[in-house]
Amino acid sequence: MIPSRLPQERIKTVADNLPKPEELSQIDLSMPDTGWMDTPAIFRKGIYCHAARARDIEALGMPNPRDWRVEDDDWKLPHNWQDVIMDGLRERLEKFRSLRIFMDTCVRCGACADKCHFFIGSGDPKNMPVLRAELLRSVYRHNFTRAGKIMGKMVGARGLSETVLKEWWYYFFQCTECRRCSLFCPYGIDTAEITIIARELLNLLGLNIDWISSPVAKCHHVGNHIGMEPQAMKESIDFLCNDIEEITGIEIKPSFNRKGAEILFVTSSGDYYSEPGIFTCMGYLMLFHQLGLDYTWSTYAAEGGNFGYFTSHEAAKLLNAKIYAEAKRLGVKYILGGECGHMWRVLNQYMDTMNGPPDFLETPVSPVTGTRFENATSTKAVHICEFTADLIKKTKLKFDTKRNDHIKLTYHDSCNVARGMGMLEEPRYIIKKVCNNFYEMPEETIRERTFCCGSGAGLHAGEDMELRMRGGFARANAVRHVRDKHGVNMLACICAIDRAAFPTLMEYWAPEVGVTGIHELLANAMIMDGQKERTQDIRGEDLPNLEPEDKGANNV
Amino acid sequence: MIGIAYALIALIILILVPWVGIQGLGLTYLFGVIIPYAAMAIFFFGVLQRLLKWSRIPNPFKIPTTGGQQKSLNWIRQSKFDNPSSTGQVIGRVLSEVFLFRSLFRNLSPRVGTQGTSVTYASAKWLWIFAILFHYAMFTTVFRHLRFFTNPVPWPVGFVEGFDGWLEVGIPQVMISGLVLLCAVCLLLARRLVIPRLRYISLMNDFFPLFLLIAIATTGALMRYIVGINVPSVKELVMGLVSFRPVMIEGIGLLFYIHIFLVSTLLAYFPFSKLMHAGGIFFSPTRSMANDNRAVHHDNPWNYTVKFHTYDAFEEEFRDKMTEAGIPLDDTLSSSTGKD
Ligand code: HEM
Ligand code: SF4
Ligand code: SF4
Repeated sequence: MIPSRLPQERIKTVADNLPKPEELSQIDLSMPDTGWMDTPAIFRKGIYCHAARARDIEALGMPNPRDWRVEDDDWKLPHNWQDVIMDGLRERLEKFRSLRIFMDTCVRCGACADKCHFFIGSGDPKNMPVLRAELLRSVYRHNFTRAGKIMGKMVGARGLSETVLKEWWYYFFQCTECRRCSLFCPYGIDTAEITIIARELLNLLGLNIDWISSPVAKCHHVGNHIGMEPQAMKESIDFLCNDIEEITGIEIKPSFNRKGAEILFVTSSGDYYSEPGIFTCMGYLMLFHQLGLDYTWSTYAAEGGNFGYFTSHEAAKLLNAKIYAEAKRLGVKYILGGECGHMWRVLNQYMDTMNGPPDFLETPVSPVTGTRFENATSTKAVHICEFTADLIKKTKLKFDTKRNDHIKLTYHDSCNVARGMGMLEEPRYIIKKVCNNFYEMPEETIRERTFCCGSGAGLHAGEDMELRMRGGFARANAVRHVRDKHGVNMLACICAIDRAAFPTLMEYWAPEVGVTGIHELLANAMIMDGQKERTQDIRGEDLPNLEPEDKGANNV
Repeated sequence: MIGIAYALIALIILILVPWVGIQGLGLTYLFGVIIPYAAMAIFFFGVLQRLLKWSRIPNPFKIPTTGGQQKSLNWIRQSKFDNPSSTGQVIGRVLSEVFLFRSLFRNLSPRVGTQGTSVTYASAKWLWIFAILFHYAMFTTVFRHLRFFTNPVPWPVGFVEGFDGWLEVGIPQVMISGLVLLCAVCLLLARRLVIPRLRYISLMNDFFPLFLLIAIATTGALMRYIVGINVPSVKELVMGLVSFRPVMIEGIGLLFYIHIFLVSTLLAYFPFSKLMHAGGIFFSPTRSMANDNRAVHHDNPWNYTVKFHTYDAFEEEFRDKMTEAGIPLDDTLSSSTGKD
């Protein structure tokens, strides 16, 4: 198996300064005595990430590349940094109606306040979406509204100082852009959008975090977030095929960069790089083989995820552009996308506008069922769960669901897919067809109201582990609830960041719950043509629920 | 919290100004004609200007917040109001926000258990109830005021009035909407004062409109039920205003001038404040756009091309490694990877 940084190792490296769950869950929800403008942000270790490095900022040609440290007083800003921010803000107020409306219309009703998982898990008032937004809005008032200019602090306006800038940095990198606040706001004010634009402003001064800018630089240059070179990527996927052969006896030889394939398959690099994502990836490989799908991987457009989106709209566009460019070069008909959350926010809500419309592609049609994906006629990208749900509905796949009987499953709706797309039923449909023991978490914590894993939007670093555990508290709490009530031992998700973040989160808050992707479950249960007797699951672990006679019956 | 003090001081000044102006200086024309006209003008042009400004700013991306199942495979039921995919459905969604405050209705509140390690969620509809009461009472009250502005009074106004006064207690009749309005505003204010985190986020800008509304509703109620004013004279004054032939009427009490001055303030304040939320909802991209991004191309008017890392540059760099790994290159025809 591929060497990978396992979550257990990661949690150990930070365990020193991470409080115990019992301590962390003592959340103080009382408000400070001083008003929020008079309460400076105190940078606490474990809450923030490392600073972006010069070489990564430079790699994208972004402003102010230099090495700097968060702990230093001097963040090495250009001398005219205030003008840079103000000009940047002015420009964006003219370019994004969203920003202007969100700056102008908040009534501070507080409906969003306790919706943020970071507020629930930390009690820090500036993690209330409304205050997070006020951090920027106060400066907007001061510089762009008459009342703010004249009356200043009295009406919630304040000038931009270095203290304010640092406060922005601290709190806009404590938002996972999950949009839960936006769902509950009477005007749909989306603090995620405000964070996206605020980070864009911070990036004008080179104030990114390392965990974002490094993947962006690698993705730009090498093709994926982890900087895995083409031969290594192929090797990695070939490894997975070896494992599949061991388990099923079926030899799979996927193609790479193959011109004339019908479909270009793109997924997050987490899927072919580390556990448990690789098991999901094995699921894709097995499914496509079983279908005899005419598809190809690409080592150039090797990344579906897009950390550029956590940097700026431009960086998002820059990385995303490769997908269409590659689809054109290879002459495929359409794009099939793997299980990833923010990848799908970008594919669903941005790709066509940023880099489309892709006239050289065709409306996606499933080669197996003939279903036309009418909802993707312009973007020409289909989510693999849509694709697979259609296959199952048309009974193109056969399952032996007993192979999943040792699993008691619950399902986490990834924020981006839930609130930036609305794909709620397709994954559930697949789950119910391949897994007999499925338990939903409390309804206030799933579907459109789902809670973030706490590590999205580029925050799943090691150094901000306390923030991640706090942010994931609400989600993990719901998992623990079904674990205790129904004996749930597996958490399914369709997001690569989830798969990277949940093992640690579960170990911390809800031990004994594993993490899986949906296509892993599917592949566990799927009956493949020419398979040998299946005694192991995709992870190479023995299947406990198979009676000897069942095992024999598996051969079709 | 100091915001409250500022807002109170502002309100007191706003009551004193017409008091001194009328009682002391006898400026009835200023307060009865000029200021209301000015306030109306500021309101209309201010709101118009703001709406025009908003509408001129583009929506570069289509970013609806989806609150339900998307439209995808035809056998999966789409959640048409919460995840609209057509203009009609979007209109439905926006109207449900405007008339029913649908998003507020979703409100839940997490309760962290005493052990600290469990969270449950309770529905929290108070804000929704207060807001609905307030807005509908406000609407009814404003609508009823049309009787001062129209001659003859159109039947819907009379109808609403009759409906509003169904309690039929006292003379003059008690109008429910005015009282509900007053109560609802007080409840909204109480909410702000009692809930610590709301107190923490509240600014003068949040208290001021509430105080103003309380004062307006109170002066209105005083005139109607306690002090009593000369309704025909008021109507004559107002009709003069709306027909642009202002007349000065003697014998209208001070209270009326305070009332109308506060209303003028509210009108003039409206376009420059958070009260513009009323218009904002129609422009909010997370609510007013369809989730049909993948089906219909959305154009960004300021889109521009970026210089992304091209395949050619990529191949140039990794040519040898790719050749060795058997990954096909653009400039050779050899392909040793399988087709699967
Ligand atoms: C269209 C949908 C609307 C929604 C969803 C909405 C929602 C709200 C909410 C939630 C509040 C409570 C704020 C608080 O906690 O204090 C509020 C306050 C208020 N709204 Fe609306 N509103 C809408 C339309 C309107 C309209 C059409 C008007 C008037 C012309 C209006 C005027 C006010 C006023 C005067 C206040 C009270 C002042 C304040 O709290 O600052 N609203 N609105
Ligand atoms: S719910 Fe919306 S209007 Fe209310 S405080 Fe939050 S962002 Fe402001
Ligand atoms: S987008 Fe999510 S993380 Fe950000 S403020 Fe809103 S609820 Fe919190």
